[in-house]
Amino acid sequence: MISACPACAAVPLAQEIAAGPALQFSVPSMQCAACIGKIERGLTALTGVQSVRVNLSLKRVSVTGQVDPVFITSGLAGLGFDAFPLDFEALQTSRDDLGRALLVRMAIAGFAMMNVMLLSVAVWSGATDATRDLFHLISAMIALPVVAYSGQPFFRNAWSALRVRRLNMDVPISLAILLAASMSLFETLNGGEHAYFDAALSLTFFLLIGRYMDHQTRSAARSAAKELTALEVQTADLVTASGTRTVTATSLCIGDVVLVTSGARVPVDGVLVSQTALMDRALLTGESAAVSVAHGDILQAGEINLGAPMQIRATAVGQDTSLRRVAALIETAENGRNSYTALADRAARIYAPAVHVLALVAFAGWIVATGDVRHALNVAIAVLIITCPCALGLAVPAVSTAAISRLFSAGFLVKHATALERLAEVDYIVFDKTGTLTTPAVVMPDDMTVQDLAISKALAQSSHHPLSKAIVRATAHIAPATLTDIKELQGQGVQGYHNGRRVRLGRGAWLDGDFAGLGLQIGTARMVPIIASETLRDGVLDALKHLDLPSEILTGDAQGPAQHLARQVHLPVTAGASPQDKLARLNVLAQQGRTVLMVGDGLNDTAALASAHASIAPSTALEASRNAADVVALTQSFVDLPLVISVAVASRKLSKQNFAIAAVYNFIAVPIALAGFATPLAAALAMSASSITVILNSQRMRCVK
Amino acid sequence: MNVLVILIPVSLILGGLGLVAFLWTVRSDQYDDDQGNAARILLDD
Repeated sequence: MISACPACAAVPLAQEIAAGPALQFSVPSMQCAACIGKIERGLTALTGVQSVRVNLSLKRVSVTGQVDPVFITSGLAGLGFDAFPLDFEALQTSRDDLGRALLVRMAIAGFAMMNVMLLSVAVWSGATDATRDLFHLISAMIALPVVAYSGQPFFRNAWSALRVRRLNMDVPISLAILLAASMSLFETLNGGEHAYFDAALSLTFFLLIGRYMDHQTRSAARSAAKELTALEVQTADLVTASGTRTVTATSLCIGDVVLVTSGARVPVDGVLVSQTALMDRALLTGESAAVSVAHGDILQAGEINLGAPMQIRATAVGQDTSLRRVAALIETAENGRNSYTALADRAARIYAPAVHVLALVAFAGWIVATGDVRHALNVAIAVLIITCPCALGLAVPAVSTAAISRLFSAGFLVKHATALERLAEVDYIVFDKTGTLTTPAVVMPDDMTVQDLAISKALAQSSHHPLSKAIVRATAHIAPATLTDIKELQGQGVQGYHNGRRVRLGRGAWLDGDFAGLGLQIGTARMVPIIASETLRDGVLDALKHLDLPSEILTGDAQGPAQHLARQVHLPVTAGASPQDKLARLNVLAQQGRTVLMVGDGLNDTAALASAHASIAPSTALEASRNAADVVALTQSFVDLPLVISVAVASRKLSKQNFAIAAVYNFIAVPIALAGFATPLAAALAMSASSITVILNSQRMRCVK
Repeated sequence: MNVLVILIPVSLILGGLGLVAFLWTVRSDQYDDDQGNAARILLDD
């Protein structure tokens, strides 16, 4: 928080301390004004909450007060919103100072441009002699300091390119701004007729708009990555002689014994110290069934403990864990992606030399023709200004800003700056199965009463087990029953009391049932079995129908579940694929000239996600996979997946249209400038008109379906 | 034309006031949540 007076700064700080640290949550599913009211009212009602503030643009909630984050997450879940706690420290350090500085430079350039433009109108309407010189002089007094301040981002970029003997877009821009300003100053002091102060300023202003949009796009990608890192808290429960202590996962040493609670991820590679354990390896290998391991077996970081709390002894930490080794595989796979040249860079590569040559030719031509250096320089400057670098500088950022905010409101985080351009080229899709096309689910029996469902939900809410979470999802429309004395029995299930009767949810054997799977028992009645299975993720069938691209499924799971899925979605499937198999298949497809979109979530997909031409991961994916993906889907449903492709295709089309518009303006204006007929008025008109056309054209992104 | 001596400074000062007001809005975080602020006007409480 920035206060108006430095002395006041201490006051809000004192308030913050009294209120406890602000907790931040990412709530991707909030959409509208009603959600703001619902969340703010609903959370304020919770005990201990002092204030709640929703940020709809970032889809975040910040809460102050002495409350447990888990309490808030469950409160939000009760209101019908999925919430992820964010690491406040990490967010605090990532304040967007650069964007703010650009905004201020832009405001100052805009202010100066408007004032100088007003003064110029008087000159264009025929002011002469002393009046004209006075107006030019006042313009110079406004323009020169502003150009020196607001133009800095361009000058700095141009200088860093020139120092290594290269040309970029900023070189002709800086040259145009500097030459226009200094030549106009010279003309003003010598009582000349034409001054380009307004052109120098509007050039700076329009280009800063483009630069600011570009920055917003990139920082959206960066903050998406930060937000996602914050989702996963990298801590471990270290077992010491005096009990357990929570430490960061990176500070563990080989030989340390770590407690992994039920439902938690294994933080390091290690061997099992406890007698037995039941592990979920879906994210690492794609196996949908749980795996039992015994004392002494090897466990890898990232597996989820489904059973009772267990202890492991670390055998590899930090850089040596299997997770890190995969990260190294990803880095090599990503090299291809980093060498992708963005559309704007390709345009700049043609544009920058062409403009310099053109201006030089104009200068030389006029010297040869007339011998008048001053006039020749004026013409050359007019050419530099009029070639509309503004429209070119805005062409791509204006479109990608609109596209990214369009996708964000549909629940997709675009993480990579060139992701949209690569997504637009996709002509083949490879899906992962477990966790991507399918989600773990339970089938509640049809003959269950509402009361049974309410009891199941209340029991399931108190457990971390993925099946419990699936039960909570399956009973979303039911209000939970009121239970007392709820406790979770390690590896067996949950029990509680409802109106004096004991109710239990858990393994069949524990409930004295003849069924091995999950069940519900009320009082002493017979257990009701609940079938656990995989279901298709919401919207997958709709999405596949609308995508209309050749697709296939690569999964690490066994033949049975893989074929079952293949029949449901009518796609070819390869079962039992290892991470290397997936990577190899993608390479084969790439050699066939396909540009492949990879959609996956597991660690076994991570290398494939990184090496594919473009990639999408759901928000439930492992951190490594989300980092490797270009786009992260925050919504549960995949129904909007085709929108990602259509927005990407539309943004490529609109960017190209914008370049075409800029080119048309150049075709008209450049011959006029070369012929020496370009007045400051013509330059101002060409520049403003082309920039505004380009920005308006980009807004058509809102209509993309 | 002597009126210009007054009018030009007046116009610059008025424009400058606008600029200062804008800088204040940037510094007091008023552009952090444009969608939310647009939606909040529809709330009753």
